[in-house]
Amino acid sequence: MKRVLATSLFLLASAITFAGGYRVGLQGQRALAMGHTGVAYVNSAELAFFNPAGLVYLENKINASAGGFGVFSSVAWQNESTGQFANTDSPMGTPFYLYGSYALNEQLSLGLAVYTPYGSTVEWPTDWAGSHLVNNIELAAVFIQPLISFKISDKFSVGGGPIFVTGNVNFNRNANRFLTDQEGNRSNVTIDDSGVTNWGWSVGGMFRATENLTFGANYRSEIILESEDGAATFANFPNDSGQPVVVGGTAIPSNGTQGFNASLPLPAELTVGASYSKDKWVVNVDYTRTYWDVYEDLDIVFADGSESINPRNYKNSSIYKFGVGYAASEKFMLRAGYYFDESPVQSGYFAPETPRNDSNGFSAGLSYAISSSFAIDASFLYVRFKEINESYDYVDDGSSFGGTYKSSAFVPGIGLTYKL
Amino acid sequence: MKNYIKYMALSAVLLTACEAELDNPIEDGGFYSSGSADFSNYVAVGNSLTSGYADGALYISGQQNSFPNILAGQFALAGGGLFSQPLVDDNTGGLLANGTQIQPNRFVLTLDADGNPGPTPLQGTPTTDIANVLEGPFNNMGVPGAKSFHLVAPGYGNIAGVAAGAANPYFVRFASSTDATIIGDAAAQSPSFFSLWIGNNDILSYATSGGTGVDQTGNLDPTTYGANDITDPNVFASVYNQEVQALTASASGGVVFNIPDVTSIPFFTTVPYNAIPLDEATAAGVNQAYVQYNGALAQYAALGVITTEERDARTINFTAGQNAIVIEDENLTTLLNPTNGQEIPKIRQATPDDLFVLTSSSIIGTLADPSNPNSVIGVGVPVGDQYVLIPEEQAMIATAQASYNATIQGLAQANGLAFVDARAILNQLAESGIAFDAGTLTSTFATGGAFSLDGVHPTPRGYAYLANQAIAAINETYGSTLPMVNVGDYGTVNISN
Repeated sequence: MKRVLATSLFLLASAITFAGGYRVGLQGQRALAMGHTGVAYVNSAELAFFNPAGLVYLENKINASAGGFGVFSSVAWQNESTGQFANTDSPMGTPFYLYGSYALNEQLSLGLAVYTPYGSTVEWPTDWAGSHLVNNIELAAVFIQPLISFKISDKFSVGGGPIFVTGNVNFNRNANRFLTDQEGNRSNVTIDDSGVTNWGWSVGGMFRATENLTFGANYRSEIILESEDGAATFANFPNDSGQPVVVGGTAIPSNGTQGFNASLPLPAELTVGASYSKDKWVVNVDYTRTYWDVYEDLDIVFADGSESINPRNYKNSSIYKFGVGYAASEKFMLRAGYYFDESPVQSGYFAPETPRNDSNGFSAGLSYAISSSFAIDASFLYVRFKEINESYDYVDDGSSFGGTYKSSAFVPGIGLTYKL
Repeated sequence: MKNYIKYMALSAVLLTACEAELDNPIEDGGFYSSGSADFSNYVAVGNSLTSGYADGALYISGQQNSFPNILAGQFALAGGGLFSQPLVDDNTGGLLANGTQIQPNRFVLTLDADGNPGPTPLQGTPTTDIANVLEGPFNNMGVPGAKSFHLVAPGYGNIAGVAAGAANPYFVRFASSTDATIIGDAAAQSPSFFSLWIGNNDILSYATSGGTGVDQTGNLDPTTYGANDITDPNVFASVYNQEVQALTASASGGVVFNIPDVTSIPFFTTVPYNAIPLDEATAAGVNQAYVQYNGALAQYAALGVITTEERDARTINFTAGQNAIVIEDENLTTLLNPTNGQEIPKIRQATPDDLFVLTSSSIIGTLADPSNPNSVIGVGVPVGDQYVLIPEEQAMIATAQASYNATIQGLAQANGLAFVDARAILNQLAESGIAFDAGTLTSTFATGGAFSLDGVHPTPRGYAYLANQAIAAINETYGSTLPMVNVGDYGTVNISN
């Protein structure tokens, strides 16, 4: 058991895109089992992510939660007008979290959160029909956040803290739909960078209206990851001269490695919600707004001055979440939930590196108390996507890439909760 | 704990069983219909255009983009089987016969010192030796250089006949025996579906040689033909019918292509008739050299030996600006110089109706005699017959072509075969271009996208467009629902830098 857990924790965070764009909504077993709700649910150290204001209301002096997920996702694509088809063969994503809080006194708790809210791992077959948009992509960002939670009164609290982000990216795609070297190998570009860092913050507030009813709100700031020290590797271009050549108005880059600049926004997120508990039952309702409109384009500027502009034009999107919990016995807590997740991708901008449409998430899980301090948490999420006919209409040669997409994701997760 | 392990095992089963799957996946088959055709064993018969030849050579990636291979990829969506091709050994192109190079390497586009792109032969030694005979059979029976009657000629794949021109090195590579015929090896595979595109070389070799061959119309014995001759239309009709019968014996259907106009390919349309730029002083100087010739023409016209039209056509005059190239024309009236009895040169300046072959671009404007600055080819020295297709030669080609095409279309109709009007397609490419999702495909040499660097054979993108037209014809004839490929996914000319 320990080994399984250790493995999940120490695997580098690589997670699959869902919950819209490249947001990965997997920040706690207990929350996920209840439809990823928790902004107003005072239950465990998972509050460090969902609403740090609530940490100060936890009953115990020391609280910790840790866990990880195995994300199994796949995308099927086909184009009926050409007969082309492809399926992703993405490796398992492994988002994780580590939360802890320590109550200094009645009014003040300190906390620490490490989590992976953004990421994407998509692997299409190399040189597939959409290889001019993506062959494979791996994005991961780890958020590290010290927290403070302050009780203003028995009804009001606030919390928050600065966020340090470290991210990495590896993205490979072909130069266009046809270019090859003399041996017929497709010309392609890989951009790779790691240790891209930046700062952000989050702040939350909680209002305990009655003994049974709690309201919460939490805001996490936008963070833009600017990649400046990475390497762009050009391979299999029919040009080994060391400098771009222009043939018929088209510049063909030379094989080799050069620098690049690119930025990827991790959008701001606002969540509001309520939690109602009575007897053995608890019901959570959360609403999350993600400010995706910051993601206008993926603009990669290479050191040789050439540029790749890829319009994205995301829109702000909402997630509607609902969860219920039932304490079946002293030792068992059962949970279930549902969310509806709006895609930030607008029609005509449906690119296969983040092929997401609206989805319905169905989750379930349980906690088993091993002792008064330790509990094992498990969750399972099934994300259901509708089949969709969509296209990306902004390929730089003026063409459009589209077809019928169907995505699916299954996410089992396991974690531990500790309180003292 | 036990519960957890069970739960994990269960979810693992669920996960592998629940990959994303489309409601009606193409991958599972049955999405497209083959109609009344059976694509399970497709055999392609023809010449270089069937083999995937491009850029003046046969090379692997060209073969992979042959129109039959593209077609077979779409057939595979509606019951088509594997499609094997006699792949050469490299992407260099060129052939060896027992270690000696007998066919040149492919062309690639390179930039000269001024940054202007132009075709150059790819460096390197080919590795494909025709002495290594491949174990067939192969679905792609395209043999570069083959004429209509070669398909039924025994011994066309015998290496012993290559040097003498009686056999074809490309067929030697995969003929089932030294006395095999192409059509015999094709029919022996009992094709369920076939394509046949043959007859191009029956006029094209005459055309690319600048009309130096003979129009053999009336000669029914093709064994007496030279390599650059025009095949007799009755010989064509007879062998074409044999070939169709051999293939239809087993096939549920097939697709045939007619013969495009030579005037629609960049090999004949790239070098302009007026490729000589001169300033006024040079023009005046050059004109001096023709004063005597022009004077003689005037006298013969006055005497009524030649018409005034011929006099005007033959009179040579250069002016400032672009000037018509001086060419040999064997059809001009023979005139003797009365003072010495020698023949007056049969030369004239070209008109827009004369077609210069692509290879003439490397000699026009150069010095015939490096020590004589007045021997500029096309100005002081006429361009030879082998570099220009004059209207009389074009007429012979057109007559034979029209007859071949009538045969092809007639046999297609009589046998219920799908018919591709390749002639109309190439004319459309040459005249208006053909739009695709990222531009327009034209027949402009090197940059138009449709033709490879030999000026005769299509690029992969050009082959893909032809494959699409074949699909349209097949769907119409057999009621199949094959999808077309996206031509924008296919490449054009290869750059090398």
